[in-house]
Amino acid sequence: MTTEPLKPRVSFSAETSELPGPTGTKPDRLIQINSLNLHYGTAHALRNITLSMDEQVVTAFIGPSGCGKSTLLRCLNRMNDLIDGVRIGGSLEIAGHDIYGKDVDVIELRKRVGMVFQKSNPFPKSIYENISYGLRLHGISDKSERDAIVEQSLQSAALWDEVKDRLHRSAMGLSGGQQQRLCIARAIAIKPEILLMDEPASALDPIATARIEELILNLKKQFTIVIVTHNMQQAARISDFTAFFYLGELIEYNTTRRIFTNPSEKQTEDYVTGRFG
Amino acid sequence: MDMVDLPNASSPSHLSWNGVRRGSRKAPLEWVLERCIFLVSLSAIVLVFLIFAFVLRESLPVFLGRVDSTVAQRVIPADQMDTLSSADLAKYLDLSEREFSEMDRDTLRLMMEVKGESAAEAPLDKDAGVNTASWRYLLLPHQWTGYEKPSYIWQPVSEIHKYNVVPLFIGSLKTTLVALLFSIPLALGAALYVSQLAPPRVREWLKPAIEMLAGIPSVVLGFFALIVMASVLQNLVGAESRLNAFVAGIALGLAIIPVLFSIAEDALTSVPRSYTQAALALGASQWQAAWQVVLPAALPGVFAAVLLGFGRAIGETMIVLMASGNASILSWNLLDSTRTITATIAAELAEAVFGGHHYRILFMLGTLLFAVTFFTNLLGELIIHRLNRRLEGKA
Repeated sequence: MTTEPLKPRVSFSAETSELPGPTGTKPDRLIQINSLNLHYGTAHALRNITLSMDEQVVTAFIGPSGCGKSTLLRCLNRMNDLIDGVRIGGSLEIAGHDIYGKDVDVIELRKRVGMVFQKSNPFPKSIYENISYGLRLHGISDKSERDAIVEQSLQSAALWDEVKDRLHRSAMGLSGGQQQRLCIARAIAIKPEILLMDEPASALDPIATARIEELILNLKKQFTIVIVTHNMQQAARISDFTAFFYLGELIEYNTTRRIFTNPSEKQTEDYVTGRFG
Repeated sequence: MDMVDLPNASSPSHLSWNGVRRGSRKAPLEWVLERCIFLVSLSAIVLVFLIFAFVLRESLPVFLGRVDSTVAQRVIPADQMDTLSSADLAKYLDLSEREFSEMDRDTLRLMMEVKGESAAEAPLDKDAGVNTASWRYLLLPHQWTGYEKPSYIWQPVSEIHKYNVVPLFIGSLKTTLVALLFSIPLALGAALYVSQLAPPRVREWLKPAIEMLAGIPSVVLGFFALIVMASVLQNLVGAESRLNAFVAGIALGLAIIPVLFSIAEDALTSVPRSYTQAALALGASQWQAAWQVVLPAALPGVFAAVLLGFGRAIGETMIVLMASGNASILSWNLLDSTRTITATIAAELAEAVFGGHHYRILFMLGTLLFAVTFFTNLLGELIIHRLNRRLEGKA
């Protein structure tokens, strides 16, 4: 039983990356978004977003429904590609690579930028297969290696002790909170460097939510986490930086402490104090 | 004076709630309509049951071994008529109790004479004394006069009525198998493509186009198979007989593709998009997500589609009647002409003597066909139930 922390299998630095990049030097920030605009058909969903994030920090996106925070999150692993009529302008660089460049391998990108969804969505397969699916996708054919990673990921997602005796039973038999932790285990099993979380606890009860939050604080040591949340307290508890969005615009981006104690914008203050939203 | 405005016991406000009590205002028209719909749906079930009861009743004598198709019968001379009890006489003349009671003495005597004459003309065949409608001859091979080895023969209108049903079953299974092998990959592939991979614009016309295939009358498909496909396939594979199980099976496959497609597509579409999203976010391609995640999740529905396709294929009549060649040969070779149960019933029932052994055996075939589809469906439902339970994590 190995308990060593998960490490990225492939370094994401510009020198060794297979992703093409405009520069050969290591960029200052891991994620650099420059005047990003996104349209769904005629709707202008993201307006001129400029934002950058560092490695191994938790960044929270907050804002009322429809403000574009989830859309921006999905830009980071190009999940928006699936929607018809999406147009994206501006640039979005990860580790110095424009991920919307023509020669980007989306599959490689999604391997490095994992995602956890709002509603837990384990496959209707066994717990073991749920995690090993991603491993097989990425060519880990050795069973003992897969077994080790499955255990390691479940340990990291604080689920191992609860499921170790029923790894080959269906994941659909787990509780909602367990399912969501399984989804996190599944996402981290392929060892991404960035983990996107789209309101991962919004469908869970307070106890399950607390476990997920605890988990996020632990995962922060290995991953760069971007989390969308509706829950102000949650953002305050777990994030290092917070970005407040309103009607597709980035209103304010700063350290979480600053956003919640001394925001510079009136709208931010109104929102975090619960006056609207 | 102030007391007037206060609520008091003599006019309690809760009296207005009496309206919630049932029955005081039930719309009569609604009630009548509700009953009518109920009766109509009930009558549908009753009708199906009655049809089956009729088919079973007509074939019951075969199952009970009461049908006798022996050609050479013990002949009782007409002048010994009075030595027989009326029940024996009715049995000898193959009459029901009611028919017997309606006939006068002269008619009965005439019938005995006719029977005696026809018996005198019967061939002196070693098989003439065999009751070919008994289970032994319905199911097992027999070395008939003129045959070199025991064989399974269906020849109901030869002098010795040969009623072996095995070639017909093999024929039905052969064509159905070809139809399923041909249509399942095509229909499932199309369903997977339309529901998971196709751009919305392609889906908009492709789905109705495939489902429109269902609107082609089977007689038209049969005609097409008979005239066009048979020749093309003969040139392609070089079959000895132009019409064979392969041609019929392919035409049958075309007929069941829309059924399979429609149900499988529904099942695949109803798999939550979140599964696909999860797979894509893990770095799966659209194809991998569809094949490895969506298809397994939709397996119960896909299985139901296959089952329904099987039922349609084994029950389809017109296409196999037209394109199979209708030779009741026992052979597993797909390129031999073949004859199915359904085509046999359709082709022969109109010419079978009402109430005779041929007639009864055709009804027995109908009952067996019904039993096959019924038990296949039952088994299928059980499997679907188990698959569903497994997907839901209960088993």
